[in-house]
Amino acid sequence: MKSAVVLLPGLNRDRDMIAALTKISGKAPATVWQTDTEIPDVDLIAIPGGFSFGDYLRCGAIAARMPVMRAVAEKAAKGVMVIGVCNGFQILVEAGLLPGALMRNSSLKFVCRQVKLKIDNANTMFTRRYQPGQIIRSPVAHHDGNYFADAETLARIEGEGQVVFRYAEGTNPNGSINDIAGIINDKGNVLGLMPHPENLIEAAHGGSDGRALFEGALGIAA
Amino acid sequence: MKARITVTLKNGVLDPQGKAIEHALSGLGFDGVGQVRQGKVFDVELAETDTAKAEADLKAMCDKLLANTVIENYAVEIA
Repeated sequence: MKSAVVLLPGLNRDRDMIAALTKISGKAPATVWQTDTEIPDVDLIAIPGGFSFGDYLRCGAIAARMPVMRAVAEKAAKGVMVIGVCNGFQILVEAGLLPGALMRNSSLKFVCRQVKLKIDNANTMFTRRYQPGQIIRSPVAHHDGNYFADAETLARIEGEGQVVFRYAEGTNPNGSINDIAGIINDKGNVLGLMPHPENLIEAAHGGSDGRALFEGALGIAA
Repeated sequence: MKARITVTLKNGVLDPQGKAIEHALSGLGFDGVGQVRQGKVFDVELAETDTAKAEADLKAMCDKLLANTVIENYAVEIA
């Protein structure tokens, strides 16, 4: 399975994502730059975290309008898997590839800590190696992770099982509606989440709870 | 021509920044301050001279970039 990582000015978790994909798949991902209009033939496209374009206007807003995101949207429409982590999630909602919006944390504080995540839907390409309802650990580091969607959208994504990750009870770090930490599109190939599974993939990280996500997506045996 | 675009949060969307400002204002002794909502203002210069066309362009700019219509409303005002 091949992967690609989207690079944009201001991202700072790109090396972590590249390292995780390389270690787990055994192959270094291709990298694509913001102005690229073509993405190589891959199975998974990852948009890493950081502060693309300095979070100007709204987090992810400028990045979402870059040429590379049109290429990502075309690939997503063809069924290629796309994962956006943290700023990558913000970029995916700004690009309209995922519903809703990510707003300033309700505490107004930047949060950088480990949270517990509940696997709310284990029936996706990304979560198939987890058990339904399983609680995993994951680091978070963000200022704008407060997920919001209007009542109609919320009812739809909840009803369709598109809420994939939820902050386990009592660990919601940002005021996110319904404790939503990560969602998937209706087709089931575009996932966005605020936590950083790529930062918990080996013993040196203090755990490997995030590893199964990439193993599932890349179809690699555990 | 010059235009001003005002972007505000929709009703019902929680505004933690506005809430913090509201508290800070009452802390400064400004009594009787009700709800405070924070928004953004964009002053845009346009080469277009036709007002109707300019307005249509400005609205398209809001829809495509300046506002996130999931959470924000916008108003266009041509000077």
